[in-house]
Amino acid sequence: MAKITMTVNGRQVSGVCDDRTLLVHFIRENLGLTGTHVGCDTSQCGACVIHMDGQSVKSCSILAAQAAGSSITTIEGLAQNGELHPVQAAFKAHHGLQCGFCTPGMVMTAVDMIRRHGSDLDEATVRAELEGNICRCTGYHNIVKAILAAVHETGGVRQAAE
Amino acid sequence: MYETNYHRASSVQEAVQMMGAAAEGKYLSGGMTIIPTMRQRLAAPSDLIDLRHIAEMKGIAVDGRSVRIGAATTHEEVATSAALAAVCPALCGLAGHIGDPAVRHMGTIGGSIANNDPAADYPAAMLGLDAVIVTDRREIMAGDFFTGLFETALEEGEIITAVRFETPAKAAYRKFPNPASRYAMTGVFVARRDNGDVRVAVTGAGSNGVFRHSGLEAALSANWSPDAVANVTVDASDLLADLHASAAYRANLVKVMTKRAVAAA
Repeated sequence: MAKITMTVNGRQVSGVCDDRTLLVHFIRENLGLTGTHVGCDTSQCGACVIHMDGQSVKSCSILAAQAAGSSITTIEGLAQNGELHPVQAAFKAHHGLQCGFCTPGMVMTAVDMIRRHGSDLDEATVRAELEGNICRCTGYHNIVKAILAAVHETGGVRQAAE
Repeated sequence: MYETNYHRASSVQEAVQMMGAAAEGKYLSGGMTIIPTMRQRLAAPSDLIDLRHIAEMKGIAVDGRSVRIGAATTHEEVATSAALAAVCPALCGLAGHIGDPAVRHMGTIGGSIANNDPAADYPAAMLGLDAVIVTDRREIMAGDFFTGLFETALEEGEIITAVRFETPAKAAYRKFPNPASRYAMTGVFVARRDNGDVRVAVTGAGSNGVFRHSGLEAALSANWSPDAVANVTVDASDLLADLHASAAYRANLVKVMTKRAVAAA
């Protein structure tokens, strides 16, 4: 068994799990943060994307033990003071979701994209970087629109790693 | 996933000790191959020794035309290194097209080379750049390192700590990604030295993993131009055939990707 301590959405948390426990299961089952989804179980779909030490990663392909000591942000950690994060607001405004299953991963990937590219982010880059996130409803068009609108909204400021 | 024991090493020496004490241990770097493989129960190491926190295995050092990349350096770090882009942009471009952004934030150059997936990108670069694979106990030329499908010259418990190479005058990598998996159905790394020597390294196509193509190298040494590829014959008999592409299709891809790489170099 592993005793895991990490910072999740700014709060220090700890828990005990098997060494083989995946980070996504630790987040969902030990911490009760069920916004992060398990989709494909083959590391392709991106429903489980979170940020670890400021970078997007697939939490279904990382052991909780690997993430011990790190700083994690999940979809629950984006909204501040009851206000949606600009990327979340843009997904809502531009109808960037239908069933919503892929949305947490999409939003976390989008926030990371904007952090790295800032106002240089163009449509071709958005589409290329959504490679690891699969959506079965929208055809991606409104997701791309939402992300580009969010770049505008955030002033396209490149953010330092969280 | 079967049960396993996780260990975090803080130095190369400690990692080797941990491996020595394990029944059937495996080194874990970014984990982008081993964790999904374990999840499918295709691998069941008794112990995982995490190399991701070993400071001496990280970072990119460029000194003139000599490059050294720590084995635990991520694809994202290679893709975005300004120092590396100034001397070998081909390698940055290659790293920036591995997997997806989330995978590039975890996956490492050392992990990719040690795994030697026949469709991985880095082995072609190592062979094309005539790189040296540095381990905890010796240095191995890339030409001697990749020995077959998922097979390398690494001994039991040996750790890749870095790779190093001299940058060529010109280099480029082009791949034809599988439309679904995005793995290279064929990828070609070309490099030309100041003295005119050319290397053409092919991944994704060989039935025994990454390989150099002497016919293409000879043609491009004589005439460094995309047109030089036209009259070279690529033998399909040693190439992979699967549901994605026949060997003959891959043989043609080898030429087309070589042509594109030379045009881009």
